[in-house]
Amino acid sequence: MNLARIILVRAAYAAGLLIAVLVLNFSMMHLAPGDVADTIAQSMGGADAEVMAQIRADYGLDRPFVVQLGSYVLRVLQFDLGYSFFYNESVSGLILSRLPATLLLVITAQILAIFIGVVLGVISARRPNGMSSHFVTLLALFGYSAPVFWTGILLLIAFSLKIPLFPVAGMVDVRIEGGFFVKAADIAHHMVLPVITLASIFIALYSRLSRATMMEVLGSDYVRTAKAKGLTTREIVYKHALKNALSPVITLAGLQLSAVVSGAVLVETVFSWPGLGTLAFQSIIARDTPTILGILFFSALVVIVGNLLTDLALRLVDPRLRGRA
Amino acid sequence: MGFRTGTLVAATALVSLMAGAVAAQETPKQGGTLVTMLGQAPRNLNPAVQSGIVTGFPGTQLFAAPLRYDEDWTPQPYLAESWEVAEDGLSVTLNLVQNAKFHDGTPITSSDVAFSVKTIQENHPFKTMFAPVTEVETPDDHTAILRLSQPHPALMLAMSSQLMAIIPEHIYGDGQDPKAHDRNSDNVVGSGPFKLVEYKRGEHVIVERFDDYFIEGLPYLDRIVMRIITDPAARAIALENGEVDLATFESLPRIINRLKEVDGLTATPQGYGAIGPIDWLAFNTAEGPTSNVKVRQAIAYAVDRNFILNALMLGTASEARTGVHPDSPFYEPDVETYEVDLDKANALLDEAGFPVGDNGTRFGLTVDFGWPGVKPQVEYLKAALRKVGIDVTVRASADFPTWAKRVGGHEFDMTWDTVFNWGDPVIGVHRTYQSSNIKKGVIWSNTQQYANARVDELLEMAGKESDPAKRKALYSEFQKIVADELPVYWTNTLPYHTIYSDRVGNPPLGIWSSSSPLDKTYLK
Repeated sequence: MNLARIILVRAAYAAGLLIAVLVLNFSMMHLAPGDVADTIAQSMGGADAEVMAQIRADYGLDRPFVVQLGSYVLRVLQFDLGYSFFYNESVSGLILSRLPATLLLVITAQILAIFIGVVLGVISARRPNGMSSHFVTLLALFGYSAPVFWTGILLLIAFSLKIPLFPVAGMVDVRIEGGFFVKAADIAHHMVLPVITLASIFIALYSRLSRATMMEVLGSDYVRTAKAKGLTTREIVYKHALKNALSPVITLAGLQLSAVVSGAVLVETVFSWPGLGTLAFQSIIARDTPTILGILFFSALVVIVGNLLTDLALRLVDPRLRGRA
Repeated sequence: MGFRTGTLVAATALVSLMAGAVAAQETPKQGGTLVTMLGQAPRNLNPAVQSGIVTGFPGTQLFAAPLRYDEDWTPQPYLAESWEVAEDGLSVTLNLVQNAKFHDGTPITSSDVAFSVKTIQENHPFKTMFAPVTEVETPDDHTAILRLSQPHPALMLAMSSQLMAIIPEHIYGDGQDPKAHDRNSDNVVGSGPFKLVEYKRGEHVIVERFDDYFIEGLPYLDRIVMRIITDPAARAIALENGEVDLATFESLPRIINRLKEVDGLTATPQGYGAIGPIDWLAFNTAEGPTSNVKVRQAIAYAVDRNFILNALMLGTASEARTGVHPDSPFYEPDVETYEVDLDKANALLDEAGFPVGDNGTRFGLTVDFGWPGVKPQVEYLKAALRKVGIDVTVRASADFPTWAKRVGGHEFDMTWDTVFNWGDPVIGVHRTYQSSNIKKGVIWSNTQQYANARVDELLEMAGKESDPAKRKALYSEFQKIVADELPVYWTNTLPYHTIYSDRVGNPPLGIWSSSSPLDKTYLK
């Protein structure tokens, strides 16, 4: 089978999967009792029957389920995610306006976590029973088990309140005037705590993974050969072993990146970071169906495309995978 | 002040009132940026079509109303420099300020007032506010006459705060649906002391001084930044470390008490009388054991209000004995208060025909709640009612709509809730008790399905009684009846607090809290 054909088959699967995701999400949202008319009534402190009926009619919620589902799927197929019930704005516009903030947060946290995680993993793999190794294990356990909203609040209390180094919430200080560099420095200042909070889970993940693969690699034949050749430990670890130990870490990082949207919800909420996570959280609270569905659709799209690309990349890299469907 | 009760809140309010008076004597300074917070993102910024306290804060900075209120519930001139209510109560004449302009420079005229009333009548959820208004006459540019089908004393409060935003006809009268108008959140043209800089969704609303504001020399502030911070813990830290100068509508007792201890911060419950938030336990009076008034009374005798006030609310809330907020001039404290009395509760349940069964219980009831904030009350209720042999099952709801669906659909025994008075009783109180407002599927209607002909009659009369003393008497009788029959058992006010730093002069402590113009607020 040639590559083009494989790509085509995969893309067809992906499209089918996306439609299934759409139908499933829409149906599940529909199963939940109550609707946006209730949350609008809540945000307004009450409403009467006429107003509630008007809201339902305005948003087409009084039509039969199948009609609502059909028209939604048709619209999405024409790349129209609809209008937010809550903000009365286009959902794709809302998602795109929030995307940069989330990408900035998640990518920065990922890069930081990969770097720190791998370094910690290597250190502990070199002396698996040493003090430093135990320390790394402890750190990883803590980072992985502590809930992020708790870590976030703890960091806030420590570094915003007791030692006021960093701002509490948001992405920019609107009072600060200045050029690009002043604004960039301000955003960087606001990013420190959320990035550390988000990175803490991933650091745990990457350090454990790189520790395990590193230990495996360090025990392999070619490392023994390198040792016999008379290379220094430093050269063996960083030039020979690490390169091979890194590939599972990169695969994992790829997988994590495709979960961009879901990962940051809690961190964004704690730090009022104006990204997709806060939008998702707020839309769920408000039962803003088009926005929730839009975000879910977008995440599904990212995951599917991400997997497709990973798959193709692996085929290019690894000759053994070529030719398999 | 004559109507205030001798509760702790009133005393605190009095002290802070005097403190406010002292502060007001300092010369306010011009300029500066006040940083405040919103606990939720506003749907839009146009109070004529969107109600609620989150829209109220930016909405009342952007849009002026005909009247404003002082701390004593006395109407004051605002966009209307004077007003007359006709002898027969069937018309109200507003004389508008001559030099008032919208933010785009267009003069504010009586036809804008007529347009605003029409827009609110058609789009605002509180239909009772302007229901008797049949027509708005505009004999000249600065006179608007509201014609009424019956006397309507509630109109005075309904013409203040966020309830009657004066919006420009030349902008919002262009034929678009006002509820979804593209200038409700962006490029807003308002009539108030501040104009919109930007509303960045999920981040902040920024408003800046309107130089042509119709009150000379005001506002004092150059800018107000309203940051949207949904996490209460993060909001508290932002106040503590000085990132934020002022917060309104903070309601978590533990956080309020912590912030009270912080140097440089003041926390006060003053300023929520017209908002009027009351926590209560509502009963299904149409079905199940709670349809028996004796069961409802027994439950009230078994529940200890003081435990709720002291242990759950940690002393931040005040007692609410009726459905009218204790700060309101219509509050009647002399009603049945149901001091804890387990013997009486047991006797009432026996009389009602629910003897204790073999397993030690009389019957089971469910209790719902709509938001996590009242979960402690609900858990307490379970423990308190077990003492009198009622087995309570707590039904948590995944989110607000789930709860609203159950309670609005009358599928409940009891539910813990918080409901607002919204100024005049006609707007926020009547809806809970009038039998004409039993409307399935509508949350915060008469979901208790309570019906009492005398109550209906009293509310009907009070709604159109122009004489304040007679009106108060009607509401007193109403409060006594419902306190005896208990469609709802009121426990406490929701402990909304305003928290502000020492830098802030004239914080919004009037009856409408931050749903009022901050044109006199300044930074020291």
